[in-house]
Amino acid sequence: MALNYTKKTINHFLKPQNIGEIKKPDGYAQIGNMVCGDQLDFFLKVQNGKIKDVKFLSFGCASNIATASILTEKVKGMTIAEAKKYKWEKVVSELGGLPSQKIHCSVMAVQGLKKAINDYESRQVIEPTFGKKTVNAKKAVAIKKKSAVAAKKTSLKK
Amino acid sequence: MKVYLDNAATTRLDPRVLAKMKPYFTEKYGNASSIHAMGQSAFLDLQSAKEKVATILGGEAESVIFTSCASESNNLIIKGVALANQDRGNKIIVSSIEHPCVRESANELARAGFKVEFVPVNSDGIVTPEALRKVIDKETILVSIMAVNNEIGTVQDIAALAKIAHENEAYFHSDIVQAIPYLKIDIKKMGIDMLSLSGHKFNGPKGVGVAYIAKGIKVKPLIIGGGQENGMRSGTYNMPGIMGLAYALELAYKERDSYLKNVKNLRDYFWQNIKKEIKGVKLNGSLTKRVPANLNIMFGSIEGEAILMDLSFKGICVSTGSACSATDLRSSYVLRAIGLDKNNLNSNIRFSLGRFNNKKEIDYTIKCLKDTVKRLRSFSPIK
Repeated sequence: MALNYTKKTINHFLKPQNIGEIKKPDGYAQIGNMVCGDQLDFFLKVQNGKIKDVKFLSFGCASNIATASILTEKVKGMTIAEAKKYKWEKVVSELGGLPSQKIHCSVMAVQGLKKAINDYESRQVIEPTFGKKTVNAKKAVAIKKKSAVAAKKTSLKK
Repeated sequence: MKVYLDNAATTRLDPRVLAKMKPYFTEKYGNASSIHAMGQSAFLDLQSAKEKVATILGGEAESVIFTSCASESNNLIIKGVALANQDRGNKIIVSSIEHPCVRESANELARAGFKVEFVPVNSDGIVTPEALRKVIDKETILVSIMAVNNEIGTVQDIAALAKIAHENEAYFHSDIVQAIPYLKIDIKKMGIDMLSLSGHKFNGPKGVGVAYIAKGIKVKPLIIGGGQENGMRSGTYNMPGIMGLAYALELAYKERDSYLKNVKNLRDYFWQNIKKEIKGVKLNGSLTKRVPANLNIMFGSIEGEAILMDLSFKGICVSTGSACSATDLRSSYVLRAIGLDKNNLNSNIRFSLGRFNNKKEIDYTIKCLKDTVKRLRSFSPIK
């Protein structure tokens, strides 16, 4: 069976980018498992709707590591919307090609990233509770500040 | 440093064997079926090669057939015997850890309407006589059990299994490809009716094998045409290959004692140091009922193909049974057959030592293995 990896794939296998964990990720997902012989864990840090940091852990073959490495390298800095659209075909072409039986690794990497993004998005859900809005902490502070300024203005007017 | 630890896959040609083969390409190149002087000279050499192979294996020269490889020999024997002996029954028994060429031949027979049983192995990788007795009956035509397994190196009690086959009037075949020169094969004493072997596994050339079929056994030939090998296997005799195989076999058994001693010391030294230097490792299959050149090791938390590739870039050649390394993306059925935990099916490396390995190479491999395992474990999600 031919396993001729491209130079780029080999480099990403030997020196993977963005490898590791994020302690308090904004999004996290695990895809695959040991039984399959292929597992990726993705960790996201999101700021202003953009991927500020992304890391991954791998239990898998050289392709598994290389596809996740190049994918995370490309999506860092992208908006969530852009990152969500990143195609597995692009991962393969960025690596200069993959052996046909390894294409599924690029599909899994992209699916894993999407799953982590979905996890991030699910944590951002606004829950309406009898007119009260629950928003995230930073936004709450900003709203508070805004209403405080508005209140001052009103009181000054008075 | 380049270290070759995949001798179960293939071996380096012994330079002495190359020297023996060369004249059959350049001077003595006659077709052994030609009736002129050059042809007949080749034919005589062919006969002496058969005598040599038969003597070393304790059998008869007239039962030795030269093929292109053990895969061909196994296809010829498994399918040929089944198809030609349907008056003797309709059941074929093979072990659950046979090489794919035996396994797939059996599967093809099943599709053709034969009853095929895969006799299981225990966690040591051994087919017990009890296990064979459970599945064999008077309808059995053929029992095929490999003497030594290619993945885990475990050794079967061939004589005991052959006896059970004969008690049920079935023929006994053994794929002995991985047994040379680890086991002393005595066809008559062990009760072997048929066997297969391949030149390139014992420092002989690729492209040549042996199918041994005892006199009186009906076999439907695979390759027909010119009628060579008494009609059993047509095709021009591969004289360079045949002479190479016979000589390599001779050398393998002549130098067996010193080789076995050296390779066992090296293998045991290797395993002791792996256990000492690396945590979370486990040997797959029995250490004692195993050929002295084989190690098949589970490395916890990391994947087989990644280990293999990392070592390959460091100049070290090994093999793995992980799903990711296989063409059909399925993990090794041999490792599944010995009951390996499904979470560990993709974390195994086979190291198969050979005639040309030495301690310096093993020390280098241990050092590289340590670094490889450390690196891959540093980013594994499995703790």
